[in-house]
Amino acid sequence: MTVETKLPFDKDYINQYSQDRNEPQWMKSLRLNALELADTLEMPKPDKTKIGNWNFNNFNHAYTEGDAISSIKDLPAELQSYFDEENPTENLLIQRNHSVAYNTLNEDLKNKGVIFTDIFTAMNDHNDLVEKYYMKDAVSVDQNRLTALHAALMNGGIFVYIPKNVQVETPLQAIFWQENPETALFNHVLVVAEEGSSLTYVENYISHNDEQQTVANIVTEVFAHDNAQVAYGAVDNFAAGTTTYVNRRGVGQRDAKINWALGQMNDGNTVSENITYLLGDNATSEAKAVSVGRGKQTQNFTASIRQYGKQTDAYILQRGVMKGSATTIFNAIGKIEHGGTKSNSEQESRVLMLSDKARGDANPILLIDEDDVTAGHAASVGRVDPLQMYYLMSRGLKQEEAERLVIHGFLDPVVSQIPIESVRKQLTQVIERKVN
Amino acid sequence: MSGSVLEIKNLHVSIEDKEILKGVNLTIKGGEFHAIMGPNGTGKSTLASAIMGHPKYEVTEGSISLDGEDVLEMEVDERARAGLFLAMQYPSEISGVTTSDFLRSAINARREEGEEVSLMKFIKQLDKDLDFLEIDQNMATRYLNEGFSGGEKKRNEILQLMQLKPAIAILDEIDSGLDIDALKVVSNGINKMRNDEFGCLIITHYQRLLNYITPDFVHVMMQGRVVKSGGPELAKRLEEEGYEWIKEELGIEDETVEQNA
Repeated sequence: MTVETKLPFDKDYINQYSQDRNEPQWMKSLRLNALELADTLEMPKPDKTKIGNWNFNNFNHAYTEGDAISSIKDLPAELQSYFDEENPTENLLIQRNHSVAYNTLNEDLKNKGVIFTDIFTAMNDHNDLVEKYYMKDAVSVDQNRLTALHAALMNGGIFVYIPKNVQVETPLQAIFWQENPETALFNHVLVVAEEGSSLTYVENYISHNDEQQTVANIVTEVFAHDNAQVAYGAVDNFAAGTTTYVNRRGVGQRDAKINWALGQMNDGNTVSENITYLLGDNATSEAKAVSVGRGKQTQNFTASIRQYGKQTDAYILQRGVMKGSATTIFNAIGKIEHGGTKSNSEQESRVLMLSDKARGDANPILLIDEDDVTAGHAASVGRVDPLQMYYLMSRGLKQEEAERLVIHGFLDPVVSQIPIESVRKQLTQVIERKVN
Repeated sequence: MSGSVLEIKNLHVSIEDKEILKGVNLTIKGGEFHAIMGPNGTGKSTLASAIMGHPKYEVTEGSISLDGEDVLEMEVDERARAGLFLAMQYPSEISGVTTSDFLRSAINARREEGEEVSLMKFIKQLDKDLDFLEIDQNMATRYLNEGFSGGEKKRNEILQLMQLKPAIAILDEIDSGLDIDALKVVSNGINKMRNDEFGCLIITHYQRLLNYITPDFVHVMMQGRVVKSGGPELAKRLEEEGYEWIKEELGIEDETVEQNA
């Protein structure tokens, strides 16, 4: 039995916080209810990772404004590597601490009814839509203590809405920059793709607090209605001082497609859950994630696709590189529910160990409650192949360079799936920095 | 000064404590093409691997030097940068690394910082060599050796040879698994390298490769040693008469190094 430290937040604080944001009544009630639940719920229990003594309590929650950014040509140095400045995306939202510093959306998309705005504005302008989806069918408030705390303390995030049959050709890009080193980010991303619509969305989380301790508690909910397609890319890059809980969920209806490409590059302790429910027939999902562990950080990544519909197709791919004395657990869970006939579930988790002190574990799990299905899995934890090194070095590459190539090659199946080129390059740079 | 000199003296090599090479002597100079022939299991590929520094092979006695420098003291990559190249019989597959990215890294590994080959110049030369070897342009963007057919791997090894322009190249059974058309193309690539500076050691157990590449010297290996050396006429005689006459001449009953003994 662990002793939970009592958080310094009470009903008055939450009431006041909600009022200051001009939130609708349902949101205030949801927060207050969640606060009560948080006291009674257990912490999440990621498989094989003890998080009892991680810092989930020491942080500054207060709403923190960030300076506006007047022009994309005038970006702070910390953000420049995230864009192709010559050719920036038209659809961009930069959240600095908790406020929006920059937000643009293509006029044509606006006219078609696409919504790409911060969550607080969305609650004012599109209240019904937000209320319909927020923490109901994807992530529930009472999943665990951290989801309840998220609901109670949500202090940032965005709402993306694509109306029926609208195809968004250019990606939407969001940057969540925790600029203040002590500011906690309880960020909520809500993406709704209506019937027959499609979009590509890419997000970056950034912080620089190597020393100061804080918390990121992130919930993402993606809804892909019948025949909708969502490509979701992310590069998480919180600094060593941030303890992260990130819960990304998708719900796919008939013929829907939800593809995740996650670059999980935090330097602090991290628990990540990425769960997709394929409810409708013929729905498909790919969950691809890559991570580099270094220093003393401990991480736990769970990717799961739960298949309810008939003829659904799921593919989980995890790749991790471990160095220093980092510890990482990769869980890949494919589940085909009773009735999900003719469905297919595939998964592959591979971990490359670069140091004797690092620990990595890949746990492929298939849970099948239906006879007429196909499934397969592969997992490995190993070192760099000495024959590959021999081959590369026999062409004159130094050991470090040969190793660098093997590592990038190993991670490429996920990195190459990140939808925006500048973000892909930036992820490659982060990998470079973390493995060297 | 024409080319480099690779000198192998009394080379003994073991793998997992089993001695395979039992005193090989061989000198290859720039401008010379040598062929090493011999039946399977006589130590030919072991010689190639030991020269390049394969991690599984242990040199227990003897020396290898390149222009007087002790090759055995060098790491694998240092051997390559000193001018050695081995076209491997079984090249590794490197997933996620494109052939062209790899080639560019390998070329730049031989150059000083700031002197890297320009992208334009690199692509131009690569296209030229791909055409010459009749390799589909898309191989450059495919992952190195991954999913390549046997023939594609061999062509890729010769492509690397042409791109990296080593002082001394060792070609380990570059002809195995090639049909006659591919064999001609690969031979053209190797012949194109021929000049006063470039030395080459061709390892094969089929004479047919030597119909397309004329060696200056031919050596026969048996029982982990070079047992006979001669000119191109030796290869011709081997083609016509096989290896039996050499065994009789030297009183050898089993030519292999008794790998399974």
